[in-house]
Amino acid sequence: MSDLTYSQVDRDILRAMQAPGRLYYVVFFANLLVLAWGIFAWQYTIYRGLGVWGLTHPVMWAMDITNFVFWVGIAHSGTLISAILYLFRVRWRASVYRTAEAVTVFALLTAGLFPLIHLGRPWFFYWLLPYPQGGGLWVNFRSPLVWDVFAVMTYMIISVLFFFTGLVPDVAVVRNRTTGWRHRFYAFLAQGWQGTDRQWRHYKAAYLFLAALATPLVVSVHSVVSWDFAQSVVAGWHSTIFAPYFVAGAIHSGLAMVITLLIPLRRIFRLDTYLTQTHLENLAKLIILTGLIVGYAYVVETYIAWYSNNVPEWQRFVYQVTGEYAVLFWIMILFNSLVPLLFFVKRIRTSTPWLFGISILINIGMWCERFVIIVTGLAHEYDPYSWGLFIPTWVDISITLGAFAWFFFWFLLFAKFLPVISIVEVKEELPPPMKSTGSEA
Amino acid sequence: MARPSAGLVGSFRHLDSLLEAISRLHQAGYRDLQALSPVPHHAIDEALKKPPSPVRVFTLIGCLLGAATGLVLTIATSLHVSLITGGKPIVSIPPFLIIVFELTILFGGLLTLGGMLLNARLPLVHIVPAYDPRFSEDRFGLWIRCEVRDFDPVTRLLESADAEAVHRVGE
Repeated sequence: MSDLTYSQVDRDILRAMQAPGRLYYVVFFANLLVLAWGIFAWQYTIYRGLGVWGLTHPVMWAMDITNFVFWVGIAHSGTLISAILYLFRVRWRASVYRTAEAVTVFALLTAGLFPLIHLGRPWFFYWLLPYPQGGGLWVNFRSPLVWDVFAVMTYMIISVLFFFTGLVPDVAVVRNRTTGWRHRFYAFLAQGWQGTDRQWRHYKAAYLFLAALATPLVVSVHSVVSWDFAQSVVAGWHSTIFAPYFVAGAIHSGLAMVITLLIPLRRIFRLDTYLTQTHLENLAKLIILTGLIVGYAYVVETYIAWYSNNVPEWQRFVYQVTGEYAVLFWIMILFNSLVPLLFFVKRIRTSTPWLFGISILINIGMWCERFVIIVTGLAHEYDPYSWGLFIPTWVDISITLGAFAWFFFWFLLFAKFLPVISIVEVKEELPPPMKSTGSEA
Repeated sequence: MARPSAGLVGSFRHLDSLLEAISRLHQAGYRDLQALSPVPHHAIDEALKKPPSPVRVFTLIGCLLGAATGLVLTIATSLHVSLITGGKPIVSIPPFLIIVFELTILFGGLLTLGGMLLNARLPLVHIVPAYDPRFSEDRFGLWIRCEVRDFDPVTRLLESADAEAVHRVGE
């Protein structure tokens, strides 16, 4: 990459933003159809009520909360790559962070839908917020669900700020090369950016502080999400390991999603010079780390269920590994903690098909993990007479698929309308043009 | 003394030429300089001898304000309702600290952005005439505000530092 020039970087990255081909439109409209179907299923829920889902006593949280936890988790790797690796001055992040950050923002847009959908009457969502009203009643700040509202909304706002702040110098480049409505659109996003030393100085300071604020935030968000469960007395949920277990799982799934999206992006936009095999390999190495942490959490959970000598806890565990949802449990163990170990083999983590395949398996495994935690915990609580079974209906499945389509809808727009790789940060990694060394821009 | 409205813009192919021009202009007594570059560079800040950005103060104020808001919001509203739930004290500090933490980050982030916009004078509706699109691509610019009588010596200084082109702006 070091033999690139500044103008070459502009040309290569902006090339990805040229008018899309037929394949793009086919994928975009197929995705739009799935999204429309998902929206229909949601409207059907509003019209008929939550009874059209498979919810049945005692499993009153199922697919929607699974999807919520899954998508909040997906968001986490974006902040890891963009903020945490930025603070550690990890150089290879320059090429991947924009996509990872976009994944964060769009995953949060998706995750945020589910608590609203689950409300059944989403138009009353503002009841979750503290605001003065006639009855003098305020939200209960002792409730983990209110913590969730604050954590997810803060995460959403900070991620959007971080994403758009990072974009400003890049869209200034795009603004200069476009005309008509596109020019006006990018000129608005660029906010009059010119790259003066004054702008850079304050921009770099603000970027550093946003990264520093986002880092503890990301750890807090999935911890708070995990406390939605851990604060209750449901067997299998009430555990102190939940916060680190959820955070590691979140980053695990997020990294897998970033790999799943980067591989086709690199291929379609011919960005091999910028997104090298080393970038993907480094992401795979991070996956080994998070996979080991997730695997460790599975072992500890099992051990504690046995060692606690707590009958409901142990019963619930036995049910989890042998009951109706056992297949999902074993998929989770296999795909999340065993399959990623294949990345220890260099030939596998440097092979694109293997990377792509394993990243998809991890995505599936992590979705199953969320489902297994939530549904098996509720389905097999203390009293045998109240045990129940959740079976998803077509509405549950349609809303879940619609959520994936909603995420890809934004991602497909992003891939065509914004620079998928940070132009400025890639340029920063190149040696500056110097007369003394003969290097040119 | 009023700030001159006119000035000169030198365009450079190389970073070291820009740094050379800054140092020569400083030696000749020209202080009102502004560099334009496609990427940030510490060497430019050092050459221009600019103070560190005050954005961090905004971040600190935002964080403190967020923490205070979190404490007041949780404690005051709980005291207002005074309804015991789950057998917990009305003012339960440990769970409230979660709200305090989130608002610390939220306000800190918002004021960081506000501090950046304010200090960097953004958003800017009209692009300054000194700006050339190439300064966002592969050229470095140096904008010197000076009196018209200084145009010739400044132009010579810029050219001696290997400026590719020198333009007059804002006359």
